[in-house]
Amino acid sequence: MAWGTPEPVALPATGANSIHVRGAHVSFDAGGGRSGPLFDNLEAEFSAGMFTCILGSSGVGKSSLLRLIAGLPPRRGTASGVVTDGDGQSLTGRIVYMDQRDLLLPWMTVLDNVLLGARLRGEPRQRGRALGLLQAVGLSGWEDARPEVLSGGMRQRAALARTLMEDRPFVLMDEPFQAVDAITRLVLQDLSARLLAGRTVVLVTHDPIEALRLGHHVQVLAGSPARLDPPVAPPGVPPRDPADPALVGLYRVLIARLQQAAK
Amino acid sequence: MTTHGPFDVTRPRGMARWWGPGLRNIGRALVTIGGLLMLWQAVVWATGVAPYILPAPRVVAIAWLGRPDYLLTNAAVTAAEMLLGLLFGGFLGAASAILIAAVAPARRWLMPVLIVSQAIPVFALAPVLVLWFGYGMASKVVMATLIIYFPVAAAFLDGLRRTEPGWLDLAHVMTRDRWAIVRTVRIPAALPALASGLRVAAAVAPIGAVIGEWVGSGAGLGFVMLHANGRAQTDLMFAALATLSALALVTYFAIDWGLRRALPWQPESPPDDRHL
Repeated sequence: MAWGTPEPVALPATGANSIHVRGAHVSFDAGGGRSGPLFDNLEAEFSAGMFTCILGSSGVGKSSLLRLIAGLPPRRGTASGVVTDGDGQSLTGRIVYMDQRDLLLPWMTVLDNVLLGARLRGEPRQRGRALGLLQAVGLSGWEDARPEVLSGGMRQRAALARTLMEDRPFVLMDEPFQAVDAITRLVLQDLSARLLAGRTVVLVTHDPIEALRLGHHVQVLAGSPARLDPPVAPPGVPPRDPADPALVGLYRVLIARLQQAAK
Repeated sequence: MTTHGPFDVTRPRGMARWWGPGLRNIGRALVTIGGLLMLWQAVVWATGVAPYILPAPRVVAIAWLGRPDYLLTNAAVTAAEMLLGLLFGGFLGAASAILIAAVAPARRWLMPVLIVSQAIPVFALAPVLVLWFGYGMASKVVMATLIIYFPVAAAFLDGLRRTEPGWLDLAHVMTRDRWAIVRTVRIPAALPALASGLRVAAAVAPIGAVIGEWVGSGAGLGFVMLHANGRAQTDLMFAALATLSALALVTYFAIDWGLRRALPWQPESPPDDRHL
């Protein structure tokens, strides 16, 4: 099969746990008259139970799209649009959000950070499950430590454990592994692919290798106002080996598309 | 907390961490005070100034040792006024800051009160407070409370408004319960700012108590100073002043120590020569 010319896949966006974005209008306002539309009537569908990686350059609106899906107001500017699951229901309360910064609360222990969602909702804290997840991300024995003594990679592992603890069908990840070193990034990507399998994950990144490693579908977000390209489906099962020759052709295509968009 | 890994070996732990900087600060303060006392003694010797204008430190010490009960009893009154003022002022200040930060109508109605409370010269209120609350401790406690309220409320409110937006995003996706977010994220995140306000409050608390005592009272170090001044007992006046300074220092360092202990996660980056 010639992967140099990827076939756009038809989106099987059916199923209750798919994400549908309709009529999204987002405008940014950077102050001083610098404002404009990021999205103009953007439509998007993300398949149920799959990793969709959205690839785009900085400032194209990747984070804005995730914030819109998460129901968070834009940092600056305005946003509107309808976000539902496959049955037309709101996603509220069924989402977990992971940022490129670990966002661990410095006054809480690692364990209490993992249990933050339960504490906020006044639910019973499942200590045992939290400890199990900390073990799964390689942080056994650190549960009583405060985040300040952890390295950047360990902090992001703790953030991943907190994300997994929420146990939500919809997972939104905003360049989650951007701030960690290359080896830690590989480990965290593997962990995510394994531990989030079966959930509807939308991961935005500016790294084509990350997108090719993790995405069942990869979509480029480009233009002003931004549009989503039709998804491509890399061969094989995530997490893929980035050195796989089958991915090289796709990598070139994605880079060419990003370069074209940057012009 | 158990120590983990190689990350915190250079950091003093346990008692050393809490006592270390505090003790060293107190030691430095004592050295400075000792130097000032010697300078003072030298001025008295050199100028031969009359003891009823400026008594030598030795004379003040003798005056202190002559009436320790009198001074300490009155110091206890002033200390009680300060501590009650800190308690009420701290509580009211913190409570208004939370209300203003968390409840929109409270912001519209309480914010002007907060600003007006600072625009009124509190010292000018002292005679009115004595008229209303009498010559006893109540008027001094109210005075100290008023003076402490603003720095606490202003600093805590500032902290409550500066919560890391990412933490709030995270919490908003996890729950729709705004009060739970205030309680779990906003308030703990603002505690270092509240601590700054309380440190300022500790420094201004003696002012409130003593001004109240000057306007009208039958006890307290302010009363002692006024009384001694009227009888030209300058040495006793200075002894009262020294006692008040010691009281103010002890209050400040005790509060500072308590706050450090209560907020061990607070990022501390003291001015460091290595960064210059």
